[in-house]
This record gives sequence, structure tokens and C-alpha cells, in this order.
Amino acid sequence: MATEQVVQHQEEYDREIPKLGMWLFIFTELLFFGGLFLVYTVYRFENPKAFHFAAEELDVTIGTVNTIILLVSSATIAMSMTAIQKKQQRNTFLLLLVTFLLGVVFLVNKSFEWLEKFEHGHYPGSETLQSLGHGDTLFYGLYFAMTGLHALHVVIGVILIIVVMVKVKKGLITGERYALLENSGLYWHLVDIIWIFLFPLFYLVT
Amino acid sequence: MSQYSNQDQEPSYLKYQGKYKGILGWIFSTDHKRIGLLYLYSIMTFFIIGAILGLLMKLELIAPGETIMGAEEYNAVFTLHGITMIFLIVIPGVPAILGNFLLPIMIGAKDVAFPRLNLLSWWIYILGAIVAISSQFMGQGPPDTGWTFYAPYSYQAQSNVLAAVLGAFILGFSSILTGLNFIVTMHRMRAPGMTWFKMPLFPWALYGTAWIQILATPVLGITLLLVVAERTLNIGFFNPALGGDPLLYQHLFWIYSHPAVYIMILPGMGIISEILPTFSRKPIFGYRAIVISTLLIAFVGYFVWGHHMFTAGMSGTALFAFSFLTFLVAIPSAIKVFNWLATMYKGSIMLRTPFYWGASFLFMFMVGGLTGLVLGSLATNVHVHDTAFVVAHFHFIIFGGLGFAFFGGIHYWFPKIFGRMYDERWANLGWVTFMVGFLFLYGTMFYLGIAGMPRRYFDYLPEYHTGNVISSLGAIVMVTGLAIIIINLIISARHGEKAPKDPWGGQTLEWQVDSPPTKENFHEIPTVQ
Repeated sequence: MATEQVVQHQEEYDREIPKLGMWLFIFTELLFFGGLFLVYTVYRFENPKAFHFAAEELDVTIGTVNTIILLVSSATIAMSMTAIQKKQQRNTFLLLLVTFLLGVVFLVNKSFEWLEKFEHGHYPGSETLQSLGHGDTLFYGLYFAMTGLHALHVVIGVILIIVVMVKVKKGLITGERYALLENSGLYWHLVDIIWIFLFPLFYLVT
Repeated sequence: MSQYSNQDQEPSYLKYQGKYKGILGWIFSTDHKRIGLLYLYSIMTFFIIGAILGLLMKLELIAPGETIMGAEEYNAVFTLHGITMIFLIVIPGVPAILGNFLLPIMIGAKDVAFPRLNLLSWWIYILGAIVAISSQFMGQGPPDTGWTFYAPYSYQAQSNVLAAVLGAFILGFSSILTGLNFIVTMHRMRAPGMTWFKMPLFPWALYGTAWIQILATPVLGITLLLVVAERTLNIGFFNPALGGDPLLYQHLFWIYSHPAVYIMILPGMGIISEILPTFSRKPIFGYRAIVISTLLIAFVGYFVWGHHMFTAGMSGTALFAFSFLTFLVAIPSAIKVFNWLATMYKGSIMLRTPFYWGASFLFMFMVGGLTGLVLGSLATNVHVHDTAFVVAHFHFIIFGGLGFAFFGGIHYWFPKIFGRMYDERWANLGWVTFMVGFLFLYGTMFYLGIAGMPRRYFDYLPEYHTGNVISSLGAIVMVTGLAIIIINLIISARHGEKAPKDPWGGQTLEWQVDSPPTKENFHEIPTVQ
């Protein structure tokens, strides 16, 4: 009976179902971050000067490097999609490996950046920050909340990519059924696009 | 399937023997019908707790001064009453119980699009419930902020707000995943021939609800996370001492929580749109108008959150805009009411329990809706803001609206779910008792609110005594009615008469499958012409 069911399910398999589910989940994620973007908008509007000077403190070089890293990683995971569709398991795996490594490098860069801020006493609840005034407190609060939440998503994405890599190696993700890879790709693009908004808001708009 | 060669003897979903036995066959089942029942049992358990807490509050208010509890206990009790009733019962409620059970059958599918995700939603729900309830027993005492967790109190209070907030956050995930599942199911798994505008109205209502679930819930999620950050990291977003703004919390909170009101009521409207045509022996009047008004309510509902904050401090322009938009929502709601009335007009009405619930829903919903306009207009709002009037309005809509619709729905689909009929006489007696108690309990609170009695106090001035006594006695009658209803349903589920496939002459697909349905619902996927 078990085999019968499997056959039945394959007949009914609808590629659109997992993809549609993922898109809806992405809408959810966008609104999740949307709440924070709203808070950012309000406080930027209320403290334009403090936000201007605080933004200049952030390291544009690291930010730019990280932006390039994420953009390239988005390209590699998209290429791995094409590779699996062409049934090139080996290339799929290698491209996923590159994406994974880029994700890790992003996190390493981010943690150096955070550590530097901690050394200067720029973290939520610190006395240094409170002595700088309300605008700086809010700016760094937002900086840590938004990049922190984003970093958490990068971590989840990296774990997802590991799972996908294992499944590609085991032959569980193939040229016929690659929903998990496709959805992980979509998720990774989401992580990327949120960064595309975070980068100018914190580093470039001064 | 070979052991059941005769198709008519295929076991029902209740008896079906899967991979696991006994209770494991339920809590690890991915069958949408079993998951629906899991939700039914867990939600009804919490509902009984929530109702008892409500009754305790009414007993406290039966006389001025301290009657059975002091101020702090009262604050804790109304907070827990709010958290359980809102986050554990009415928000998941109808979609999770009746939606899970009926949606796939009504659109002619074997299950939802993601059965395992569906089971995961239930587990997340249970986890969230445990975390939320644990706030009562751990840390610095039960939370006393009210279910709205308003800043600045929610981050200053010494009580165990953290667990309650995290519980609500986790429950949000469960809600999002259910909504996501339903939308995909309706987009991809409708039976051949069932176009969008042939879909029954209950699935349509769930469709509108699901969009609110996935698009509004995350805003609450982030808001609650920020309260956590406020309490643990001192991040300052809602703390004026650090430059933040408590009012921003209210905005963010209501951006979710007002649409959430439509998460609560839309599925109820869907149930009514199924019950009334069946028991009037007529097709629904104005099918398309009901569908469009469902979508309109879901859409406009996003832009009215400010009407919870008319006295909190907003610009005049914002006040006018929110008040105007609030009045706009009343239009699609009224369209529905007129359609339901027109459906009954010249119908040959069968006076059965679900119809009684449906008809009384109309009355309760209209009272709740019209008093909502009193609250939505700026001048009157100031007078009745934060009084018993608000509590009465809210309970008329949610309890009188959604609650009545749910009880109607559970009686209507009871034969389908359990394969047995409920006892009609006890069911009707339960309905009468419940409704009479309800009207005394909440009807009186309109008067108390207009007279100026504030809500959320354990005590009141002597002049409100008479009203409170009537209200509290009403609560006792209503809870008696509730007990009759629930006990009758429990006994009937075991000992009731066997139900035929279609006891009411219903026209939707669920009445064409066995009662109770087989595991796969349909022997063959039906085609709709």
C-alpha cells in the first residue's frame, strides 16, 4: 500500500505548490522586516541630524564588500538552479558550495564589524551610547536589531544550503524534483534583497 | 487497501489505522480531519479555562469592593482571559478547527497542500500555548498588562511579561503557516470544474482570512520581538527615556491586531453563508456580492487600526482619515447582512439548531456592528473610550458574532465530523439559555459604559451596582447554557443516532461524502459542472 501511495503522489505532483508556498512565506518575511523599516522611517524623520552623523561612523568598505559578496552568492545559487535543471549534479554541488562559503564570509565580516562597535561601547543599553543622546541610541538600536535579524536569516539560509548540498550529494534532489533547492534559492534571494535595502539605509544615506 | 475490497466498508478517518496506534495515531497524523479535531479538543480545553476566568471576573464585579479577588489578581485574571481568548481561541479557532476539517472536502481535494506543515502548525500551537500559560507559574508572578501588552508598562512591569509575549510570538507562526497552507490549497487543489466563483462561501471566507493571517501576523511578530528586546537589551524603541515613543508601539500593535479582528470574524461570516441557504432551502442571495465584500473587508481592514487610538494622541487629519475608513468597512459588512436576510426571505425555513444559531448571529452581529460605529465616530468615541461599552461591543462582535457562528457551525457539521446526530432538544435548550444569558451579560454593559463605568477595574462606584448584578447573573446563566451545549455535544458524539450522508439537504461537496468521511475523503475526485 505504501508503494501505491508514492506512485499516486508522484502522478499528482504539482511543481507550483511548493513554489507558491515559498512566495507566500517571503511575503510574510517582508512584512516582518517591514515593521522594522517603519520604525526606522519614524526615528530617522524625528532625528535627522543624529542619524546623519551616526551613519558616517559605519565602515562603508566592509558594507560594500559584504554587498558584493551577497550579490555574487545570489548569482551562484541561481546558477546552481540552472545546473540541476540540466542534470549536472556535480556543478550544482560546487555552485552551492561557493554560495555557502560566501554566506560564511559575509557572517565573518559582519561579526568583525559588530565586535568593533562593541569595543567602542556602541551597543544597545550601553552608557556610552546613552551619553551620545537619543538619536544615536535609536540609530544603533536599529542597526543592531535590523542587521542582527538579517544575520539570523543568513545563518538559517546557510544551514538550508548545507541541507540542500547533502541532498544533492545523496541524489535526493534531481533534475526532476528540485523544489527544496528552488525554495532555498528564493529564500537566499530574500536575504539578499533585504540587505540591498539595509546597506544604503545604514551606510550610504548619511 | 486490499483488505477492504468493498469500497463501502472503507473505514472512516476516525477508525483508520495508520502507522501509529492510539493517541500517537492522532498527534502524528497528517490527515487534515484529524488535525482539525486535535485543534477542536485543544481549543475547547482552553476555551473552558478562558470562560471560567471570565466568570471569575464577573463574580468579582457582582458587588462593589473586593468580592472574591483583589486588584492585582483581577489584573492578572483579565490579562490571562484576554491572552487565552484572543491568541489561543478566537484567532486560530474557526480556520484551524472547521477550516482544516472542511476546506479540502468542500473544494474537492484529498488533503491540504502541505499536510506535514499542517501538523507542524498544531505542534507550534501547542508549544506557544505552553509558553504563554507558563507565564502564570514562573518568574515574578503572572503578567498583568492586559492582552495588548501596551508600552511602557509591558517593558517596565516586574511580572512575567516575557513568557506571555514569546508565547504570542510563537502562536503567530502557527497562524501564518495555516494561512499559507490554505491559500496554496485553494489556488492549486480545487476539483476539476470548480472555478473561483463556484467555490463555496466558507472557503472564500477562509481565503480572505488566510491573506490577513500571512500579511498582518508578521507585524505583530516583530512588535513583540521588540518588546522582548526592550526588556532584555534596553533597546529603547518604545522608551521615552532613551528617545523612543510608546505611541509607536500602539501603532505597530494595532497594525496587526485590527486586521486580526477580521481574522476572527470573517470565518464566522463564512459559516453563516453556508448555514442560512441550507436551512432556508434557497441558494444564497448575491453570491458574488458576498465574495467581493469578503475581500473588501480583508483589504480595507488593514487601514483602520488607528481607531483604537483616538484618545492616544494623533493629528486631526489622521483621526478623520481613520474614522472615515472605519465607516467604510461597515459597508461591505452591511452588504453581507442584507444578502443573508434576502436569502431567508420567502425561503422554506427549517427550524433546526444551526439555523437558530445563524439567525441569532445576525442579531448579535448587527448590534455589535452598529455599536462599532458609535466607537468609530470621533466625538462619541471620546465619551465611551475604555469603558464597559467597548467591552460589550467587542464581545457582541467576537462572542456574539464569531462565537455564535462557531456554535452554529459545529452543530451544522457535527453529523459530518462524528457521523452521529446531536440531541436536538438539549441543543436548543442550550442555545436559548446561552443567548438569554449573553444578552443580560453584555447588553447591560452597554448601559454601564454609557453611564461611565471604566473597564479593567475590580471595583466600581455604588451607582453601577444594579447593572453589574444583572450582568453577573447573566454570566452565570450563559455559562450554564455553555455547559449544556458542550456536554450535549460530548454525549452525542458517542451515543447519538447514526447520521446519514446529508441530514440537512446541503448542496456543497462535503454532504456527498460519507459521514464521517473516509481517510481520503473521496473515492474519486469529483468534477463540478
